[in-house]
Parts: sequence; C-alpha cells; structure tokens
Amino acid sequence: MVEHGDIRVVHRGGSKINFREPVLSHDSRLLLCASGECVKVFSSSTEECVHDLQGHTDLVTGVLLNPSNHLQAYSCSADGTVRLWDFTDGILIKVQLHCHHVSVQPLSVSVFVYLLMCMCVTLTRLLSSSQGEYIASAKGLHLEVYFFKKQKSYRFSLKEDNKKGAKNTFTCLSCHPKDDCIATGHEDGKIRLWRNFNHKREYTYSTLHWHHSAVSSVRFTPEGTNLLSGGVESVLVQWRYNQETQKDFLPRLGAAITHIAVSPDGELFCTAHSDNKLTVIQSCVKVSAVIQGLVKGESVRTDLMVDPRSKALVLNGKPGHLQFYSLQRDKQLYNLDIVQQEYIHESGLQQFEVVKAAFDTRGNWLATVEERKQKDSTLELNLKLWAYDEQTQSFVLNTTVSGPHEARITAMCFCHTADSQTTMLVSASQDGHFKAWQLESNHYFYEGPFWSCDFVGAYHSLVPECCCFSADGSLLAISFQEVVTVWSPASWELLTTLSQPPGAIRDLCFGRQSCSKYLLGTTAKNLLCCWNLLTCTLEWSTSMDVSLLLSDPLSENMAAFCSHAGLFVFKPSEPRPLFSHKAICSGKVTRAVFAPREEMLESCEESSQWLNRSQLYFLTQYMDLMTFITKAEEDRLMASSKRLVIDDSVAVTPFYLLLGKHRQQQQEKQDRSFSAERNQLPQGSVAIKELLHTPAHVLPSASFLCSMFVRSLLISVTDKEKKSEEEEMESDKEEESECEMEASTMGQGQTAEAQETAAPALTKAQARELRRVKKLDHSWLSSLLDS
Amino acid sequence: MGEFKVHRVRFFDYMPSAIRAMAFNSRTERLALSRADGALEVFNFADSYFQEKVIPGQDGRAVEALCWVRGRLFSAGLNGEITEYDLENLRPKYTMEAYGGPVWTICSNSQGTHLAIGCEDGTVKIFEVLEETIRFQRNLDRQKGRIISLSWHPSGALIAAGMMDMIKVFNAESGHATHRLLVERGVGASKSREVVVWSVAFLSDHTIISGDSAGKVQVWDGVTGTLVRTHLVTKWDVLALSVSRDESSLLAGTSEGTVVQFQFISSTVDQHDKEWVRTRTFKNHTHDVRALAHTDTAVVSGGMDTQLVVRPLLEKVEKNTQESALRKIAFPHRSLVSCGKKAGMLLFQFHGHLELWRLGESDGHGKPGDSLPVKRKPEKLIQLKRKGDDHICCSALSPCGGWLAYSTISSVRLYRLQYNGSNISITKVAKLPKVLRSAHQLCFSSDSSKLFASTTHSSVIIIALSQSECKYLHTLRPKSGTRQPVHLMSASEDGKWLATANSDCEIHVYSLHKLKLHCTVPVYSSCPTAMAIHPTTSNLVMVHADQQIFEYSLVQKEYTEWSRKLQKQGLHHLWLARDTPITHLTFNPRNPAHIIMHDTYMFCIIDQNLPLPDQKTLFYNQMTLRSLPEPERTSHSHSFKICKTFQHLLCVSLLEDHSLVVVERPLLDIASQLPAPVRQKKFAT
Repeated sequence: MVEHGDIRVVHRGGSKINFREPVLSHDSRLLLCASGECVKVFSSSTEECVHDLQGHTDLVTGVLLNPSNHLQAYSCSADGTVRLWDFTDGILIKVQLHCHHVSVQPLSVSVFVYLLMCMCVTLTRLLSSSQGEYIASAKGLHLEVYFFKKQKSYRFSLKEDNKKGAKNTFTCLSCHPKDDCIATGHEDGKIRLWRNFNHKREYTYSTLHWHHSAVSSVRFTPEGTNLLSGGVESVLVQWRYNQETQKDFLPRLGAAITHIAVSPDGELFCTAHSDNKLTVIQSCVKVSAVIQGLVKGESVRTDLMVDPRSKALVLNGKPGHLQFYSLQRDKQLYNLDIVQQEYIHESGLQQFEVVKAAFDTRGNWLATVEERKQKDSTLELNLKLWAYDEQTQSFVLNTTVSGPHEARITAMCFCHTADSQTTMLVSASQDGHFKAWQLESNHYFYEGPFWSCDFVGAYHSLVPECCCFSADGSLLAISFQEVVTVWSPASWELLTTLSQPPGAIRDLCFGRQSCSKYLLGTTAKNLLCCWNLLTCTLEWSTSMDVSLLLSDPLSENMAAFCSHAGLFVFKPSEPRPLFSHKAICSGKVTRAVFAPREEMLESCEESSQWLNRSQLYFLTQYMDLMTFITKAEEDRLMASSKRLVIDDSVAVTPFYLLLGKHRQQQQEKQDRSFSAERNQLPQGSVAIKELLHTPAHVLPSASFLCSMFVRSLLISVTDKEKKSEEEEMESDKEEESECEMEASTMGQGQTAEAQETAAPALTKAQARELRRVKKLDHSWLSSLLDS
Repeated sequence: MGEFKVHRVRFFDYMPSAIRAMAFNSRTERLALSRADGALEVFNFADSYFQEKVIPGQDGRAVEALCWVRGRLFSAGLNGEITEYDLENLRPKYTMEAYGGPVWTICSNSQGTHLAIGCEDGTVKIFEVLEETIRFQRNLDRQKGRIISLSWHPSGALIAAGMMDMIKVFNAESGHATHRLLVERGVGASKSREVVVWSVAFLSDHTIISGDSAGKVQVWDGVTGTLVRTHLVTKWDVLALSVSRDESSLLAGTSEGTVVQFQFISSTVDQHDKEWVRTRTFKNHTHDVRALAHTDTAVVSGGMDTQLVVRPLLEKVEKNTQESALRKIAFPHRSLVSCGKKAGMLLFQFHGHLELWRLGESDGHGKPGDSLPVKRKPEKLIQLKRKGDDHICCSALSPCGGWLAYSTISSVRLYRLQYNGSNISITKVAKLPKVLRSAHQLCFSSDSSKLFASTTHSSVIIIALSQSECKYLHTLRPKSGTRQPVHLMSASEDGKWLATANSDCEIHVYSLHKLKLHCTVPVYSSCPTAMAIHPTTSNLVMVHADQQIFEYSLVQKEYTEWSRKLQKQGLHHLWLARDTPITHLTFNPRNPAHIIMHDTYMFCIIDQNLPLPDQKTLFYNQMTLRSLPEPERTSHSHSFKICKTFQHLLCVSLLEDHSLVVVERPLLDIASQLPAPVRQKKFAT
C-alpha cells in the first residue's frame, strides 16, 4: 500500500474476527483473536472487548499463546514482524523481525513456536504434536509428517476421487495431544484418523463420516478425550476419541463454522463462524457468549449509511436484515429485521432482499426497499417506512407500500431540511417516474400519521437514475440519463435542466455549507462536472473516471473514488484537491461513507484536515472495511494502548467490590482452614429464600428486607472462626445498628472512599475494616431501594 | 468377429446359497467355505483363487463351523454331528455323533492334536485327532446355556468359550472354568434379550476378544478376567471375528455387511505399549457377514449375499498388481449348464433338481443388434427332482438330447428321453453297471453312444449306450497314480479322444479307439479351468486359472506353433487382469481358426489367423474397429475379439445351426431374491 504523507489506509473497526483461529487463554477468561491490524482480547464471559493489542501495521495473520509463559502471546502479521504481548495488560514485550529461512535443528520452545508461525503464513494447514516430535502438514491430497528427531518426513497421498464420489482433498488437520494420531478433515465431509504414520506402508487410518459437506475445522481437546469438528452445517460435533460411534451435537450455531479453538483446560470451546461471529461454548453443552463482528455477506446492496442517532454504520447484515454497527466501539449494536420473513437456507432460492435504505436527517425515519425477482415472474417490491420509537429505542414499522413502482427503484432520498415540519421522501424508479412520499398526519380511517404518495413526476419518459436534495431542502436534483433536472419540492415545479452530454449521469451530489450553490455529477463518459446553480452554468469540469462520489455532511469536502481505487478529496470551490491517494486498495471501491467523529481532531496539517470532523470508511471488492488514519491519531492510540490497565474485564462497580471481595475472602478462609465443611452459600440462606419466594404483594417494605438480606451475606463465615471472633462479631452488630440509623445521611462519596480502602489484599486486621465496608454498602443499597 | 444369431437365455434361475462358515489353511493356502445348503467349496488362494473342489451338500446337513487340522477338514453342524471330509473323493469321510445336541462351533488347537466343540447342552467336548479318525476324549465342566463360540489359546492350555451373556475361560487340562467374563447386554429394548457372544478370539498374550449380538467388540484381559476396552461397532450383531496370524490385526464382520478392522498399534510412535484401535471399515456386502478369514494379505468375507469377497490389504501387497484388486466371486468356477447342441436343448443343474429346456425359435431376419421376434417360445420340458438326500454334484445332456445323466455322491442315474411331437417321455435306465456308483464328472460322446464318468483316482469309466441296454466297456486309468478327482472332462467331436483334467493340474488324453492313455500334457503350475479338443485338427486347447492359454497337438504330442508364439510374446496385461476364470470353451465348425471362450463378464473369440496383440495395442478394440472404414480394419484387428454385451454369463455355446446360446444370470436378479437386509438409516431418508 502506498503511503501518503502521514495518512495511512488501515483496517479499523468492523474487520474480520473469524480470519484466523481464536485463542483462549490458560484460565479461559480471555479470548484472543486476530482482527484487522490488531489482536483483540475479549472477555469470554461478558463478550466485551478488554483490549486491542495494537502495534502491527498490516493484517495480523496468527495468534498463539507462549507455551513457556501462559500470560503471553505471540502474534504475527503480514508486515513481517512477530510480536510478543502480555495480553492481560495489553503490553507489547518484544518485536522480532520475520525471516523466511528458519533452520529446524535448534529446537528450543520459543524457536519452535516461531517456526510454526512463520510457516502459518505460507501453509494454511499445519500442526505439530504437543511433544513437538513431529509436524504434520496437509495440502491438496497429500499429508506430510516430518519427524524432527529422525529428520525424516513421510508423505501419504489419497486418490483424488474414487468411484463412490468421495472428494478426498484435505481441508484441515489436528494432532492428538498425547497419542500419535492425526485427525484430518476432508472435502466430502469425512474425518480420517491417521495412525502408525511412522511407517511408509503400514500406516493406517479409520474414517468417520457425519458431515455432508467439507469439514472446515477439526480439533482435539487438550486431554485428547474428544475430537471436535465443524463445517457448513453449523453444527459442532463432538466425537469421543476411541469411541467414535458416540457423538454429541451442538446444532443451530447460526452460520458455518470456520475455526474451532479449545481452552487449555478444556472447559470452553470457541468457534468462529463465517458471518464474522465468535461463539463461546461451555463444554459442548451450551452457548455462553456470542461475539458478533460486522456481518459481511457476498455484497452490500444498500449503501453504507450512518444512523444519525446512534452514529452507527448501517448496512446489509444477515439476509433480510439491516445491521447497526458501532464503529467507535467496534461492536454490532443490533439487527433490524426488515423483511420479516423466515429465511430459507437453500441455494438457488430467490428471497426478499433489502436493496435500498435511507435515513432522514434526524434519524426519526428509516425508509427501506426490499425486492424479490424470481425467474419468469414479475418483480416484487416493498417500500417500508420505519419510525424511531423513543421508548423501545428502535425502529418500528409505520407504513408498508407494496409495489411503490412498477420497476426497480434506482434511487431514494429523504429531504435534508432540519427545521421543516414535513418530511419528504423521493424515490426514483426504472419505470420512468419519480414519486414523492409525504407523511400525512391525519386520516379518517387510519390512526396516527402514515406515509402516502404526494407527487408523481416524469421527464420526457426518460428513466431517472439519481436523486439528491440540496442541503436546505429547497431543491431536488434528479438525473434523467444525460439531463439533470432541478425541481422545487415545495411547488413541484421544474426549475431548470442542466446537461453535459455525452454520457449518462452516474452520481449526483449537492455541495454542502459554503459550497451549497454547487451541484456535482459524474457521467459514464468519465467526466466530473460542477454546475453553479445560481448561474445555471457549468462552473468547471474535469475528465476523471469516477466510480463513486460522495459528500461529507459535516464539511464542504467531497470524495471521489476512481475506478482504479484512487481517491481525491476536494472542495467544489477550490481547484486543487485537498488530498489524493493512488490505489488505496486492490480492486474497486464499491461503497464508502463519511462517518462523523465523536470528538474532533485538532490537526492543522492541510492534507489531513479533511479527516478532522469525519472519517471516511470504504468497502473494498473483497468486503474489507477500511479507513484512513493520520499519524497523530495513530500515535495517540499507540500511547493509550501501552497504558497499564488496572483490572480485567469486569467493570469496577461498588457492587462488584462488595460481592467480589467478599467471595475472595471466603475463598481464602476456606483455603487457610482446610475445613471439609462447606460454607452455606448466601443464595441458600433462609433470608434470601424468603425474599425470593414470597409473593411481592405480601412482602414487607424493602428497607426492612434489606437489612436481612445484607445480614445473610455477612454470616457466612466458617464455624471455627466464628468461635474465635465471636466477641468481635457481637460488637460489630452493635455498630451495625448504629450505622443503620445513619444510613440515609450517608453520601455516595463516602462509599467510594470506602471501596478504595477495601481494595488491597486482606489481612486479619483488615477483615474488620471490610466488614465495615459492607455495612456502608448496605446503607447505599437501602437508600437506592427507598428512592 | 463373425455374426451370430444369439439365444439370450435368462430363464436359468440359478440361486447360490448363503455363505455360512469359512476356514483358511495358511499352510496350503486353501480356503474352505460352507454354504447354507451344506455344500463345501475349497478355493486355492495360491492359484488365482480358483474354486478347486466342491463337495455337494445334503438335506439336513447344515454346516455351522469349519476347521482345518493340518490338511484335514472337519465340520460341525446343528444336526449334532462332526464330519470329516474326504477331499480326494469329494464326499464326507465319516460322521460322528457328538451327543451334545446341536453343535455350534468347532475349533482345533494350534498343535493340531485336539478338537474342541461347543454344544447346545452347554458342554465343551474335546476330541483327540487320530491318524484316520477322531476319538472323544472328555467333557469340560458343563455350563448352563449353549456354547456358541470357542477359541483355544495358542499354547493349548486354555479355551475361551462364548456363551449367552458371558464368556468362560476353561483350563483345557483340568476341564474347570477359571474365569467368567460377563458381557453387558445392549441398551434400550434389547436390554431384556440375552446377548449372544457370536465369536471369541484368544490371543497369545492372553487377550480375549469377543464379538456379540449387541454390536460390541470387546477386549478382555484373560489373565485377570477384566474388560479392557469396548468398541461399539454396530447397532446390530457382530457375527464373526478373525485374527491375523501375527496377531496385529483383527476383523469383525457385522450384520450391516461391513467388516471393521482393528489394529494393534502403539499409541505413541516410540513406545511399546500397544492397544487395539479401530481403523478401517470395508463395506463390500449388502447383507450379514457370516464368515471371515484374515489371510496374510487380504480380508476374505462372505455372508448372506452369497458372494465371496477378497479385499487385499493395500499395505501388504504391491500396488496396482493382480493381487491388489478387489475380487468378488459370485458364480461357481464350473459349468452348471450343459447344452444339447444338435437338439437345441439346455440342461440346468440346481442342487436339488434338473431342468430341461428347449430353446425358442425365430425365423426373422434383422440388422445386427436387433432383437428378433420369437416364433416359438422357449419351453421347459422336464423338471427332474433328484432322489435321496444327497445333492446333485454333476449332470450331463447328450448332444442329441436323447440321454440325460446326473450323479450324486452315492449314485448315478441315467435317463432316456424320447420325443414324439410335442410329447416327451422320460424313462430311467434301470440297470446300470455296478462299477458306476458315483461320478465326479459326466460326459457324453458327440454321437451319444458312450457315457464317460470319472470316479476315484481320476479314473474314467466308459459305458456304451444303446436302445436296449447299457454296457460297461472299460476303465481308463492315468499312469501318474494321482488320487485327486477329475474336474474337467472333454471328448473330441470325432470320437477319437478323451481329455481329463484333475486338481493336481494333470491333463491326461486317452485314445478311445485303443482304450488306453495316449499322452499326458506337460504339467503346468496352474489348474486348468476349461479345455476342449478341436474337431478337425485334434489340438487340445486349455485355459488355466492364471488366464494362460495353451494349445497342444495330440498328434505330434507337443505344443503347437501358435501356442509357443503366444507364450513367447506373452498375453496382454488386460487379459491377465481379468478376475474370473474362463469356464467354457468351444469351437466354431465353420471357421476352424476360431476359439470361443467366456468368463463371467465377457465372451471372446480368438482368431488364430490374426496377429497376436502386443502390450501396447488397444486390447478392447471392437468399438474402435467399428468406427474405422473397412480397409483399415484388418491392420488394426488382433486375434482377441471380446464382446461385453452380455454380462454375468453362465454359459456360452454354439449350436449346430450356428446360433449362439448365451445363458445370463444378472447379479441384480440374485440380489433381488435375497431376504431384506437390516434396515439402516441413511442420510436424507
């Protein structure tokens, strides 16, 4: 990729998390996965992203735990470096340069890991036994096992396909951690277990067959008792090792499984799915967490959009859905079911697809178009208008217009006015008409406001291609092949026509802010034109092969993507581009959007000023979401990532401090006393049962119950200690009642102070202190309940 | 190739019976196999899996188990008897009542000194193997419930016995049970049903392996009597087990028709603690696999679907050789059809009866490949049921259709057939010469005046037939002193010669005029599978089990020039790669250079005038020849003209009116008559 000054094209947000196999940490609390140019560390219980390990400058191609230190992980990247991280704190420890020729003889653990990672880049399927005696690789129809001690490799080949139609191509492999057994997955869904592979001829394998199409991942559990496999069926299959007739299934995982990872203690499994999702599974029984990335299908039919309310990126997600993806938090917010029909997973079936979507300026309205074209039947079209519901915090269907046009809708936009009372939607279609839809507030038949057609327009029976409202909503430009017509939406009067033949208009865009007098268009004959609407003349035009033209809603900047993936950012009023970049990616840029920033950048360099207010995201041909980043921003991010993080995934709340420390204390006490008897859990105490099982209407007031509740938490001390500390407890109880009296007067600030004092590790002397803290907290709770 | 009017015969409802038991003798490389009708077959694995001997069955004799003791073959059946077979005369030698009810299994120790049988009444009986016979020695401790399977420990000191719900280990010396291994029943509905231990294997390291009706293959420690591993192989039954000689591999045959291989493999590369690991699954059967044998190089299996399958273990054999191909043996390697060439009649031999058919007629003419309209339909003239309990071992129809003979192991019967118009009368020839007690092969001379019957020690009895009486003429004896039975016999068209072939691969030619041995063809290592004497040149053409072809001049007493040329040049590799033997051979009287022969999948006309194919020529070239223009054909043609239009052939013969009779028995028809296999859930059903 070509560097341009200090602005770089990066994967940032919405990148693939299923690109490589995820890695579960030793205590299975953290989940590491390669995501774009960073390694993401998720909490496996809360699904939250704990850190981004940033530092690589290109795609991360592999993550691996350091076998000699389970708190560290290696990552390798296409930028040619291998980095060692402390992933619990997110600190970069070491950078190693990548070299391609690694000798195999010295076999220390670190070198070994290193070797693996180097080869991961070239060979997709490669694994070693846990003892490191041999390394197995599969490619095409060949399995190769290399023994380090003997320095000898064995190669086993399968026939391409036999009479029974088996396809024997290897797709994945896994080595048994204890026995010498290699499991391989094949294209026809078979799994083979290879044994005795240190013989040229006497090797043997057994075959397991459940999957009906290619096995995409196989994995042994760390103890080697089970074998996990997954494929397109989106079912995780667990085979008992040596008792392969017994198998367990975890079905309905949502999408095809691409990778399977197992935590080192075998407690958690993690599967990566083709819809950019990670699923954390507890011992093949239940799904405990789902981490959803940006769903990327085959193509995006809708434009990339930004929801004005949530500032989320909106695009096609699951079939028939729109997904709302927060780029700042790099997390999917929610899916909006547009089609509201069951999606049938069958190839060749034509189903409703969301093809167009538009938001109005304030994000109150969302318009969507879905269509279904079956062979030899007419096109089915639905225009749906969704109103934002403040209470449910989501969009609710307001109006469905079935068959709004006779033919495919080519363009659709809302009127941009911020202050006007009426909202207007214009849709243009291949049937030669454009329609204006308006919200009608009252009707004798329907309740509440609904949308109806207000105006149908046409121009010389030409097909309208693009439509665009000016920033103040006073003008509507619609292109009819070579002709741009400008209408007044207030009176539906054709104001003027502009044309610059030859070549049909491909994109149309009004300038913003100070440049709002300009209308820009691109033509099919590689021309970028700028008309001045005041004079109704062509201001300037330039020959340029523009594939995509869009304007930044927060500034007067416009971005034009050339068909060879070049980018020009310019102001319509200025002749010189602000920024230009050749070949930002391989292939064509299909979709792009300006996403507003949460906080403005203070960059003063001219070339990067256009990135101050908003960020430009674009989708490449291979469905990678990419953006631009300035040097300053990058430095800032790097600095923040090196900051030491105090605690892990769980957020520090007063409640956490109370319960968590309490539990920890219990644990320590148990350990110290080695007592066989178990403490009564707070859940099992009489008070809690009473609280939970009594019907609400017969319960006494909450403040009364609260003291009981807290006391139930306090009593859980082992009997031995109870005896020794009985006197103390007595005095505590007196204090407690005093505290209760004060409860309402205690402020929040005090509790916060108390938490900090409670945070350090516990000695006997501090136990008393801690108990005091609990009382404090109780008061805080009761004050909450009272209110 | 020549054009023929073809009678395509599909009314021979030959139905092979299910394979019941199997025993492999690795010293002689012979596989003994018993079928549900009580018939026994011996295959020579060293000689291209040729079916060397067939001992016909008997009503009421069901062989449940087979056992080789050195070269001797013993069987036991549910009729409660132990039988030893006389492999030279192809008949049971003696039977001995075991007095324990039905016998389920028979097993010899590795020293070959004792036989153990398992009986319905729960006793294991030990028999001592003597020179000529066997003698009851003693009973082991009697158990409750039947003994289904037995296995001796290689040392001979211990016997494992599979029973209902358990396996018992006996001390062969004291006769006391030392261990009782309880076998778990199946789950679900089969919980209430007793589990049957269908098969046990006792290995030299005191491991006992059992296969049972709950679908498990279990590995037990025979010293401590504890269960080591359970492999659940199938939902149905594991019916048979077989261990390789070096005890590194084990096979289990199931009701699903699969054979599962287990291998004794060390779990990690450099360590020596080995365990039994399930490895491969072979599915070559549609029905139960009842019998299994593990040879050094192959898995041999047979069962309800009547086919014998030899699946080579690819790591043990050279790749892409004759040996590495899968073989399915569906038909017997001898002819069950005899053809009355002059009368246009066919005689079909079943084990219980004979059927005589007259072929249909057609006067239509058509293009090659057309099917002609039938003027007269083929007609079943006679269905002749055999007398007595013994099954038919051979039969013959005279070329004129006037005589019919068949033999069982106890008697020979000869019938006179007379036709007047549409009526047919059959009369039994009452007085047969006393010497003719049983025959291994029967054959009429071409003028139907003589009947040749081969008996013990490869001798041939000649009987003269006439309207009034039949008279014993002479006995022809070979000079070699062989004791093996004759399995092929062929008389020449001119009545001068008679050739016989026996299991020792010897071919004797007798002069019928002088009534004495004319010559012995030099012995070739492979057994002849078909032979015939040329009607005009008096050359004897032989085809052997290894697919070699020889031509021997009876006049000059030497191989002919053509035969030498053929041997020198070598047969085409595709000819050698065929896996069924040539079972019938005949000549074309109109073209003396033509030899017609067939195996199961093709028939072939060898034109001795054309050049022999070399290794590079296209062997199956009939289609390409047809596409070539007329003048170019001769330059491309070679002497082997092969036709695969007709499949699963039992007989191809040329009638006197120059029409070809092709008797087909499609394997699909056989499969459709089999009982339904166990129901299996398949994907998407």
